[in-house]
Amino acid sequence: MNRTFTIIGLFLGLLVELCSSSAAQEISALQPVIPPAARGERCVEPTEVMRRDHMKFLLHQRDDTVHSGIRGAKHSLVGCIGCHVQTDPQGAAIAVNADGQFCESCHGFAGVSIDCFECHASVPADGQIKSQTNGQASALPQWMSPPALSMAKGISPGSVP
Amino acid sequence: MSGESKALADQSRRRFMAKTGAALAVGLGAGVRFIDFPNAHAATGPVSQAQRWGLLIDADKCASGCNACVQACDDEHGIRDHGRARTDAQWIRKVRVRDNTSGREVSLPLMCQHCEEAPCVEVCPTGASFRRADGIVLVDKHSCIGCRYCMLACPYKARSFIHENLKDQKPWSPRGKGTVESCNLCVHRIDEGGGRIPACAESCAREGHGAMVFGDLNDPASPIAKAMGEQPSQELRADLELNTGVRYQNI
Repeated sequence: MNRTFTIIGLFLGLLVELCSSSAAQEISALQPVIPPAARGERCVEPTEVMRRDHMKFLLHQRDDTVHSGIRGAKHSLVGCIGCHVQTDPQGAAIAVNADGQFCESCHGFAGVSIDCFECHASVPADGQIKSQTNGQASALPQWMSPPALSMAKGISPGSVP
Repeated sequence: MSGESKALADQSRRRFMAKTGAALAVGLGAGVRFIDFPNAHAATGPVSQAQRWGLLIDADKCASGCNACVQACDDEHGIRDHGRARTDAQWIRKVRVRDNTSGREVSLPLMCQHCEEAPCVEVCPTGASFRRADGIVLVDKHSCIGCRYCMLACPYKARSFIHENLKDQKPWSPRGKGTVESCNLCVHRIDEGGGRIPACAESCAREGHGAMVFGDLNDPASPIAKAMGEQPSQELRADLELNTGVRYQNI
């Protein structure tokens, strides 16, 4: 009796393992390759929520900001860019909507155009970000959204010029 | 299942619950929250009618050859010219006013006058032109369709239409083709708080002219309200009764 259960159990386990690994391979081939956030410890919302609802957050906050002057709330486009912008080997920021970059990788995959960057800056203020290795992000300006600042590793708001 | 093994299972379940509870209590006690947001800062605003932001420009102090305010505005908002003076964006410009009888000439900067009864707001078909509670007249470029009615309505010729694709915009000043724009009193600086003043007024002070005073017209203790209380000031085109936020002296 016990042996039968063990054998069935092993078989089921093997089946599940096989299925999951092949499924995982299939998914990775079908999903966009999204560069990881370069700065910050975690996102302002869980990843699943951001994937589904980031545009709702941005839309809501942009109206608050433009019409009511509410700045520094957590769903800020500038905050997104502050953490997700990648840098080239020289340390210069690469636009988040450039090929293979954070915004474009997903939007290109889904076939959804991004209008944001026709008007909004796609790199942080002066286009230069210090390399991640020294943990500095002195290019972030003071006015930039507080979430980005508080999340940035190894800097305190006081160290930002 | 025998009675004995059921009792064992119950015990084991109780132990598990007790351990989990303790772990949870320790976790919560150590400040771990299930939902934790990295945003430790308070957001600013919303703006209110308690303030009304304005500028007081003393034409006597404004130097005729000086263009510092225009340059500062261009730098602050990333405004670049395309060599087409008639259509290039211009948020602030220097104007020379001459009295034909006396020959007296003064120079003054002219920008959006941030009217209380703003004609641009009145005519906008989409609600993109609006007046913020604190008196700053803005364009919500998300709703602007580029019809340019506001440009026709503005008696000060303060607005510009963007004809070109733009790049390298400033993060604090989004601008783009197909929308109308004008002086926003450096609203990002005002919202930031801490007494930052618009780039034009800052540069004027830096140049040593001090012809532009920025402040809250509703606050009797503010430098702008004091200066207006001491010396007569005027609105441009006062006959239109727009109650402008930008006032002039010694024209």
